[in-house]
Amino acid sequence: MTETQTVINKHKIPSVQPVINDFSLTVGTENGSGSQTSNLTILRALFKMGLPVSGKNIFPSNIQGLPTWYTIRVNKNGFLARIEEQDIVIAMNPASFAQDISAVTSGGSFFYADDIKLNISRQDIAVYPMPVKRLSRESDAPANLRSYVANMVYVGVLAQNLGIDLDTLYQALDFHFKSRPKPIDLNFNVIKAAFDWAAQNLEKTDPYRVEPMESTGEYIMTDGNTAAALGSIYGGIQFVSWYPITPASSLPEALNQYLPILRKDPVQPKKNTYAVVQAEDELAAIGMAIGAGWAGLRSMTSTSGPGISLMAEYSGLANFAEIPVVIWNIQRAGPSTGLPTRTAQNDLIFTYFLGHGDTQNIILLPGSINECFEFGWKSFDIAESQQTIVFVLSDLDFGMNQWMARPFEFPDQPMDRGKVLWEEDLEKLKGDWGRYRDVDGDSIPYRTVPGNRHPSAAYFARGTGHTEDAVYSEDSEEWKKLLARLKQKHDNARHILPEPVIERTQGAEIGIIGFGSTEPAIQEARHNLADRGKKSDFLRVRAVPFSPQVEKFLEEHPRTYVVEINRDGQMKQLLTLEYPHLALNLKSAAYFDGMPLTANRIEETILSQEVK
Amino acid sequence: MTNTTTTRKTKVNLIGLSKADYRGNPTSLCKGCGHNSISSQIIAACYELDLVPENIVKFSGIGCSSKSPTYFLSRSFGFNSLHGRMPSLATGALLADHSVKGLAVSGDGDTASIGMGQFKHVIRRNLSLVYIVENNGVYGLTKGQFSATAEAGLSLKAQGTNPYMPIDIAWEALVGNATFVARSFAGDPKQVKEIIKAAIHHDGIAVVDIISPCVTFNNTDESSHSYAWGREHEVALHELSYVPPAEEILVEYLAGEATEVTMHDGSKVVLKKLEQEFDPKDRSAAMRILEEANAKGWLLTGLIYISPDQPSMADIYRLPDTPLNRLTEDRLRPPRDSIEKINNLMF
Repeated sequence: MTETQTVINKHKIPSVQPVINDFSLTVGTENGSGSQTSNLTILRALFKMGLPVSGKNIFPSNIQGLPTWYTIRVNKNGFLARIEEQDIVIAMNPASFAQDISAVTSGGSFFYADDIKLNISRQDIAVYPMPVKRLSRESDAPANLRSYVANMVYVGVLAQNLGIDLDTLYQALDFHFKSRPKPIDLNFNVIKAAFDWAAQNLEKTDPYRVEPMESTGEYIMTDGNTAAALGSIYGGIQFVSWYPITPASSLPEALNQYLPILRKDPVQPKKNTYAVVQAEDELAAIGMAIGAGWAGLRSMTSTSGPGISLMAEYSGLANFAEIPVVIWNIQRAGPSTGLPTRTAQNDLIFTYFLGHGDTQNIILLPGSINECFEFGWKSFDIAESQQTIVFVLSDLDFGMNQWMARPFEFPDQPMDRGKVLWEEDLEKLKGDWGRYRDVDGDSIPYRTVPGNRHPSAAYFARGTGHTEDAVYSEDSEEWKKLLARLKQKHDNARHILPEPVIERTQGAEIGIIGFGSTEPAIQEARHNLADRGKKSDFLRVRAVPFSPQVEKFLEEHPRTYVVEINRDGQMKQLLTLEYPHLALNLKSAAYFDGMPLTANRIEETILSQEVK
Repeated sequence: MTNTTTTRKTKVNLIGLSKADYRGNPTSLCKGCGHNSISSQIIAACYELDLVPENIVKFSGIGCSSKSPTYFLSRSFGFNSLHGRMPSLATGALLADHSVKGLAVSGDGDTASIGMGQFKHVIRRNLSLVYIVENNGVYGLTKGQFSATAEAGLSLKAQGTNPYMPIDIAWEALVGNATFVARSFAGDPKQVKEIIKAAIHHDGIAVVDIISPCVTFNNTDESSHSYAWGREHEVALHELSYVPPAEEILVEYLAGEATEVTMHDGSKVVLKKLEQEFDPKDRSAAMRILEEANAKGWLLTGLIYISPDQPSMADIYRLPDTPLNRLTEDRLRPPRDSIEKINNLMF
């Protein structure tokens, strides 16, 4: 204990003005040590205290042993993007200790497990050792659970230091352990003991504090993959086939979790009105999904970059044979296996053109957790009404991290099943129909599905050239007509896809275009840029092919920055292709480092180009 | 695509359909191709079984064999999918309406090379699908390259000599736990037809490996996929006939002369004994006889293995009586008030 006391005194920093509800904290632990429960408990407790908060897991591709970090940002103004500076760091892992201590901002605070006997060289931060081993040994946890409850020590110490309400920590544990008293009490007792120990032994010398707010009462907290799964269920999903891949696996796993709850069949309660199939690979996953879509089911699969590569072949068939199916791509950093546990927005070009030959696909770009839910159901309406493959591009940051979100809303439109002919329809038509005839002049034909017993219902689907009546054909004129109609169908879709979200500011000098998970960083950057005299308008793209509003926005903004997480400025490239006459209005603000984008990075990228 | 029209002279089956109602477009395969003979037997089997064509969905991959589903059952839906990827597409499609029967045609390249993975996995799932492999040992559509079922030592004019051991499709099916494994020979149309009938009435995966000679690229007398070789080396396990559920077995057999296999729907496959005792429900016996056949150079044909009562994929998924693809919004979209419950489940 004397040693501990000395350390504290040596690192006492001058008292400063308290900083309330505005900091970023990082916990460095060893992967597989069970720290996720502790980190989520802190995150949820802060949320329950009414503070705007976000949490991001920066984890390795590993089950156990490698360093892993969890960052939490609290911001009373609601800016919740990742920031580079870490005000508070908790070091539980000797392997990342040196890196962790150097990450603390000057004047920040550093907590560490006191069994790590490493040199603490910094004088400009508050340093708090924690008797992690002793407190977990003294807990009533059985030996095999001690290393897990050890992580609750930093929860208790931090709670005491920051002023996190113990009741909210209890609520967070109650949620996590689904109200099972045994694990809740076991963990809570450790938190409590650590809290009490800190109260008696640590003198607070850093400025960071939390105080209850009323900013989160209307909100829920969840992740994008859960939202996507739930949205799909409200879209009446009937079939999903999938193959395990980070960061997409938790989407079908959430389907497995929620389908039995939400889809109890009123007619035959013991039967399933859906099928979830774990396939042997992504080739089969998309094949099954396309088979089900062809046969009339609301069908989807979910994957990430490497899986999309494998799906290229079947994707082209779905586009060409006009089969409704939804593909969720939870993007991670590529090329190749790349950084499997890091986020990116780098499959835009690949998915838009996925398939050999002249292929263009519809892409939806959810920009919030609520849109992950909304596009979950809407994507089926679009796929079925347009009779095509629809890609929904989420990313690891959305998919696997906890976000504050507005409560989910029930779909505001009935399902759109598209142009499907059943027996009675064919009876009325006296059997006179053709699978690929453009009857309505909108380039979208009518279809029948297997199981339709009308003698003229059947047709032979194929990836080969075909006539309007689905007969094999190598005729040049037929081929040209077919590809022209597919192009027209794709082009028309821009008018029915989700419109962009546009925010205008009086006196805006520049335009900013973004999409997906980067909006929090963009909004913070816009706020900061405005403070520095650079006002901006903002357009968030929600679908490709682009709405005519995108062109209008570009015309209005001779300097439009395209913010995206990739190297090559893929959104900017797509915009350039679509609007070559406006190409000079486009400037790239692309950045990639595997991490969620920060406002600082966007500001720097934009300002460096504005000066020129 | 029109309703049945029958003249006085046209023979019809019990549901009033003529053989023409089971036909498809004219074949574009070579004259004498084994695949054409198999297409004819599919037509005959379906006609004789009084099947409603709309109750069948056809699937194929890519290759000569995979073209053939347009040559039969034009009143049935069909999908000519991707090379080696037909099983996955069939899996999704058949769960959409589990009251239809899947009938797939593949080839030895489509199954044993590019499609080996999906072949093994559709077997593992016991999808209710007749999986016919029209096996000729060569790639026809790309002009005669060796396939993975070509025997070691086979010499082809433009290809040289094949140095590799062949993949045996019946073996692969058997070790993959297929619930129905048969082999036949396009030169033995009667057996082909009866096996197809039994396969259609098997509620699960029915792998039917049919040696189907390629008259253009691989039909020399010494090739094990040729007509001549087949005629000379065929060893039938039994004389097989399929008896529909409602029908009585008319032919009388002496004790020990024939065995019966009862299918899940009560129909029967009668196996008249030939040279040797063989019980197709005995998996290790099936393995032994395949091994013996390979060692002795026989073209072993017949029902090699059957396990008629395993749950099919549709059983495993506990699908409702109404096919999934006929369910409407009231059974697919959760009720409005459930959204609050779900929001409460979030933190």
